[in-house]
Amino acid sequence: MAVASKLIENNFRMNRLPHIWCPGCGHGIIMRGIAEAIENLGYDKEKVCIISGIGCSSRAPGYMDFNTLHTTHGRALAFATGVKLANPDLKVIVVSGDGDATAIGGNHLIHAARRNIDITTIIFNNNIYGMTGGQYSPTTPHGDLGTTAPYGNVDNVFDICRLAEGAGATYVARGTVYHAKQLEKNIENALKNKGFSVVEGISICPTYYGRKNRKGNAPEMMMNLKDTTLDKKVAAKLPQEKVEGKLIIGEFVNKSQPEFCEEYHKIVDKFTKED
Amino acid sequence: MSKKKNVSLKTNQAWCKGCGICVAFCPVKILELKKDKIHITDKEKCIKCGLCELRCPDFAIYLEEEENGQ
Repeated sequence: MAVASKLIENNFRMNRLPHIWCPGCGHGIIMRGIAEAIENLGYDKEKVCIISGIGCSSRAPGYMDFNTLHTTHGRALAFATGVKLANPDLKVIVVSGDGDATAIGGNHLIHAARRNIDITTIIFNNNIYGMTGGQYSPTTPHGDLGTTAPYGNVDNVFDICRLAEGAGATYVARGTVYHAKQLEKNIENALKNKGFSVVEGISICPTYYGRKNRKGNAPEMMMNLKDTTLDKKVAAKLPQEKVEGKLIIGEFVNKSQPEFCEEYHKIVDKFTKED
Repeated sequence: MSKKKNVSLKTNQAWCKGCGICVAFCPVKILELKKDKIHITDKEKCIKCGLCELRCPDFAIYLEEEENGQ
């Protein structure tokens, strides 16, 4: 008897489910979105490689039935670069968290973006280090609480999308687990881009971030995502005072530029043909 | 989201963690939690929009195509 939808049965390691994420954790919604985006694009599963570092988000490849690699903290992009260069035909996807991608692996992120290597990075942003017990991360808002910021976080946040854009990523988008369908479309477009793509998926962490900051239960945190975000296209038509303080979602960059592996192999070809 | 006619709503209580997201976002309010597990109160009223499936983090509720056109 079936226990899950066709999408789940076709794309997940059924003997690994249910996953261990907390009740109400948004990560499962993003993980499902990745699977659906891959299925919509009709990729051969053997030609997809999903790579992660360490953290709650980074457990995703363990559940997904593709070629997968679970690596060290922050270094998923370094491993992914190796995988992609050695196997340019593989569709390489990196799954990372806000801490994994922008703190521990911050340098890997900006340089992979600068190189424009054909890797799609999905960042599950839950504004906290969940796995290790709720320490503040580079995306914990100023003033919010974490176990390491009992009187409020004094740091300012990284805007992951602007960081990726500034570093040279050729596809950048932000979505949320409330806007799951749009997020899925963003992931699809990111996969289609031949170059470095970053999709920031705003997730929810009811267990640590939510509880510490009295954001309510999972449905309330989902509603909060609806209330505090604005679509880029809608925001463009609204007066400034209505946009202020809102998190803008949508596609920010989608452009074509020379891709790292292709450029690299052009050099290799130049010398191998001379022999 | 499915617009197919021959689909019906299924649940997998073993995977449900009782977060209540599907209950909160069901547009026809036919879902509830009993002892922290998902229950469908009135299957006939389901409009098969698939919003519960889309946002269930645990893949515990979904629309399934019925076999043999049942």
